[in-house]
Amino acid sequence: MTFYIARRLFWTAIVVAAVIAITFIVFYLLPAGDPALRFAGKNPNPQELELIRQRLGLDHPWYIQFLKFIKNFFTGDQYGWPGLGYTFAGQSSVLHLILDRAPRTLFLIAGAAVIWLFSGVSIGIISAVRRRTIIDRAAMGFALFGISAPVFWLGLMGLYIFWRQLGWSSGTGYVSPADSITGFVGHMWLPWVVLAMLYAAFYARMTRNNLLETLGEDYIRTARAKGLTERRVIFKHGLRASLTPIVTMFGLDIALLVGGAVITESVFNLQGLGYLAINGATTQDLPTVLGVVLLAALAVALMNLVVDILYAFIDPRVRYS
Amino acid sequence: MTSSRGERLLDVRGLTVRFPTSDGIVQAVSDVSFSLSRGETLGIVGESGSGKSVSNLAIMGLLNRTRTVIAGEVDFKGRDLLTLPPDDLRKVRGKEIAMVFQDPFACLHPMYRVGAQIAEAFSAHSDAGKDAAWSRAVELLDHVGIPNAKSRARDYPHQFSGGMRQRAMIAMALVHNPDILICDEPTTALDVTVQAQILELIEDVKREFDIGVILVTHDLGVVAETANSVMVMYAGRVMEYGPAAEIFSRPQHPYAWGLLDSMPSIERRLDALVPIEGSPPSLLAPPSGCPFHPRCPYRFEPCATERPPLKVPADNAHLDACHLPYEKKVELGEERAKKVAA
Repeated sequence: MTFYIARRLFWTAIVVAAVIAITFIVFYLLPAGDPALRFAGKNPNPQELELIRQRLGLDHPWYIQFLKFIKNFFTGDQYGWPGLGYTFAGQSSVLHLILDRAPRTLFLIAGAAVIWLFSGVSIGIISAVRRRTIIDRAAMGFALFGISAPVFWLGLMGLYIFWRQLGWSSGTGYVSPADSITGFVGHMWLPWVVLAMLYAAFYARMTRNNLLETLGEDYIRTARAKGLTERRVIFKHGLRASLTPIVTMFGLDIALLVGGAVITESVFNLQGLGYLAINGATTQDLPTVLGVVLLAALAVALMNLVVDILYAFIDPRVRYS
Repeated sequence: MTSSRGERLLDVRGLTVRFPTSDGIVQAVSDVSFSLSRGETLGIVGESGSGKSVSNLAIMGLLNRTRTVIAGEVDFKGRDLLTLPPDDLRKVRGKEIAMVFQDPFACLHPMYRVGAQIAEAFSAHSDAGKDAAWSRAVELLDHVGIPNAKSRARDYPHQFSGGMRQRAMIAMALVHNPDILICDEPTTALDVTVQAQILELIEDVKREFDIGVILVTHDLGVVAETANSVMVMYAGRVMEYGPAAEIFSRPQHPYAWGLLDSMPSIERRLDALVPIEGSPPSLLAPPSGCPFHPRCPYRFEPCATERPPLKVPADNAHLDACHLPYEKKVELGEERAKKVAA
């Protein structure tokens, strides 16, 4: 097991490095204009441009920059470890920028994840147990709505109804829980629900289908033949087997959202990591983009590992060597 | 009937099971009656789809009540299992009537320890604590011949071989000393060498625990070895029913002849096997009259229109459902016996 984890961590590092390298290549292969031009003022002369390039580290070919990035990452820079450099615009620390913005995204994901996991799985169970009843149809109708409704539309509708009309939400923007817990929840509950909606719908459908499939298994018939109560048959024997794939999906969904909750972040003006990434990309701020990409890639790779290790505990048939 | 050696445990009368589907009504079991006494092994024989398994699932209350129509009577020690409220029936399941299924690979939950699954069967009908349940599980695993039962109880099903899993299923069935053990094709999924061991185990268990056994199988060899009485089913109906010795020595129904003639054995070479022509009928629209008539080489006038009743055709004979006159059956039966001997 230890060897397995070590091997997986090694490959995680390789994958993340590859992602960073690809980011560098894309940045240089897609000519959106010279980033140095942005900082050179009107009518720059070549000497000035060259100076700016040197200052930004753009005077080297991409692979040298890549190796420098890797070196800085491990050795750290003037802003501490891991060294992520400084932004082109403003020359501020990317590390600080990410540490400042990451909580917004992580709080958004955490809250939404709790909501979608519990509501999705519960709705799925109820739907499966009450299969072909009104309840099942209503739940699956909700799921279809959740899957089809675009997040930006849901978000705007939510803001209109719960903020403008009812005043239940404190609207857009972000309040740190360190400053005000009520302000934090007031601002966050709507984005949580909106982001959770899509996932809850997916999880409800998946739980329902998995559970229905499991309930058709022979070992469920055995459980009934033992004289177990229907509650125990479903919640112990049925759920155990049907939730295993959901654990996998949950881990990866959370990881993907680290860099991927962009729409929700922008609708609610949360200015988290997704906002940083978009902002960095549109202003050609390579270090910012690299920082977010690095974090997102790490999240996906590590969550993958966590899920695989969890699997060995959940399913005794899976053993890693 | 055969075994008057024990108390009458089960009386099934006119059991009928229908599955309404979008294509029509599947007539899975029609008017099936039989009985079982303590110490008896009843073999229920028939091809796939003949209604043998469905009959037993109906008795156990394991068919989805909302999607099946069940009629008749299942008298178990004075109670009609078909009209028992679900929760009362649940208390019978696994306690007084236990069941062992066909595929031991699929019948144990892959994520729970074997011992825990057996202990759970114990706890389902007992207030004794977890430790008591666990030691009961170990005790029974040991009893059914699992070596090192104490440590093997902590194994997961995938660490057991097929034969061991079936032993574990039998152990699970025995936790409450049931009155009836229903074995639904218990050896079909197993290697031939293991099959004999499992059958032997079932026989041993029947004697030691003094229970009645229903052995569902399509393998006449299995029945010949263990059953006291035999019921032959076809298309959801009883074709022939009587003491095992009589069914094998003087079978009365052409379908039973067909089954016996298509049964391979060491003595008989493969080219001497006579398959039954045709295939089993659709239960959505079973044939009129005798359900076997389209495949029966001896059919005559009434077979296609009139359903033969299940009755004893003569003294010294056993129940069958066939229009042929008894003398004709004896004559044809003897002819057949000669052919087999030759």
